[in-house]
Amino acid sequence: MCLAIPGKIKSIGYQYNGLVRMAQVSFGGITKEASLDMVPHAEIGDYVLVHVGVAITVVDEEEARKSFQYLAEIGELDELLESCQTDRQLMERQPLNHLVA
Amino acid sequence: MKHLTEYRDPEQVDHYVQELHRTVTKPWTVMEVCGGQTHSLVKNGILNLLPDAIRMVHGPGCPVCVTPVHLIDKAVYLAEEKGVMLCSFGDMIRVPGSKKSLLEAKASGADVRILYSPLEAVRLARENPDRDVVFFAVGFETTAPANALSVVHAQQLGLKNYSILASHVLVPPAMEAVMNDPDTNIQGFLAAGHVCTIMGISEYAPLVERYKLPIVVTGFEPVDLLHGILMTVRQLERGEYKLENQYTRVVRPEGNPDAQQVINQVFTVVDREWRGIGNIPQSGWEVRPELADFDANRKFSVQIEKVPECADCIAGLVLKGIKKPFECSQFGTNCNPERPLGAPMVSSEGACAAYYHFAAVDLVHA
Repeated sequence: MCLAIPGKIKSIGYQYNGLVRMAQVSFGGITKEASLDMVPHAEIGDYVLVHVGVAITVVDEEEARKSFQYLAEIGELDELLESCQTDRQLMERQPLNHLVA
Repeated sequence: MKHLTEYRDPEQVDHYVQELHRTVTKPWTVMEVCGGQTHSLVKNGILNLLPDAIRMVHGPGCPVCVTPVHLIDKAVYLAEEKGVMLCSFGDMIRVPGSKKSLLEAKASGADVRILYSPLEAVRLARENPDRDVVFFAVGFETTAPANALSVVHAQQLGLKNYSILASHVLVPPAMEAVMNDPDTNIQGFLAAGHVCTIMGISEYAPLVERYKLPIVVTGFEPVDLLHGILMTVRQLERGEYKLENQYTRVVRPEGNPDAQQVINQVFTVVDREWRGIGNIPQSGWEVRPELADFDANRKFSVQIEKVPECADCIAGLVLKGIKKPFECSQFGTNCNPERPLGAPMVSSEGACAAYYHFAAVDLVHA
């Protein structure tokens, strides 16, 4: 029921004498109609998430790109944390006066 | 398909699975709230890829499953006795009422239509001014804008023959009900991504604080789910509890204000009965009193007797993640999609249907 699919807006028109802004949205070649009432700023070419005939948001391209960087980011973060821990362990093992001397 | 297939990439899936195996050191129990996520996890075989230490339990996020029996009886009554054109999402029509399902009513001649969108029902009402058209408006927050919008359109078009039979439920109170159950053992939640697309994420912050567990707003594709599970498990392994958002490409912190505005225009928050679970305070929406003409519950004052649930069905325990579908004595024998005892066996988001259709035998007997 909460299934929502991203599709690309191909064209925008009006229904009921201009009352409702409707788009033709392409889902990998299959085109269906979707209301743009909930995404008033959506334009042709935008990817919208469509649920039961209503576009509920515009897909954020920048955030979509970022989501694939997560593993690389946590890898770097973990390395950083590990190196901090190693530094701390070294500090704990070697008393400061040793370093000063 | 852009924004879809890249989240089904086997190589990406493998990277996440490997990272999960590297990360987990202790057993953890995590609930995915949404039934769409349950189906994706089972259908895509993700449960088989997870480390044994991670136990996924399935939540109450199946609107069809929690729609009370007496509302189904009411829909059947409206279709059979009042001669209305009863329109519904396809998911709802196989669900058993106390005597019959909407599909059985249709088979015996009632005018039951399966629609993809409530906006199509408005169109039908416009094209059939001599007929009363009722849309069976079930759903969580994701579906509420579309159902509310149908009422707004009908009002703007001056239609007198359109109304909705609303069975609208809300996710955060259901998560509270799950956590308040003394038998629960959930340590982290994947929150339902599309619900948050509409509502935003702030209403989950108090739950994180109250129950001191991680909540990660998560999408539906394999890479999304593994990413969300990894974010949850990383928190658990570090002893942290935070609200995080995995699904940032479609979930903004504030949600969709235009959608919220339409919801508030049409609906008001009320106590709701959840099939298999019981009454949950302030857990649903009904049509505002000033829009009574568009509310089938008020428009057609029908008294439907409440009947007890099927005694053999453990849907309530399944919906709260306390039992797995295959732990039910009726699973796959007396209860199957052709002859269901409870709604989770027929809904496309029901956990029982997911296991019946897609689970490998070893998963069922694990």
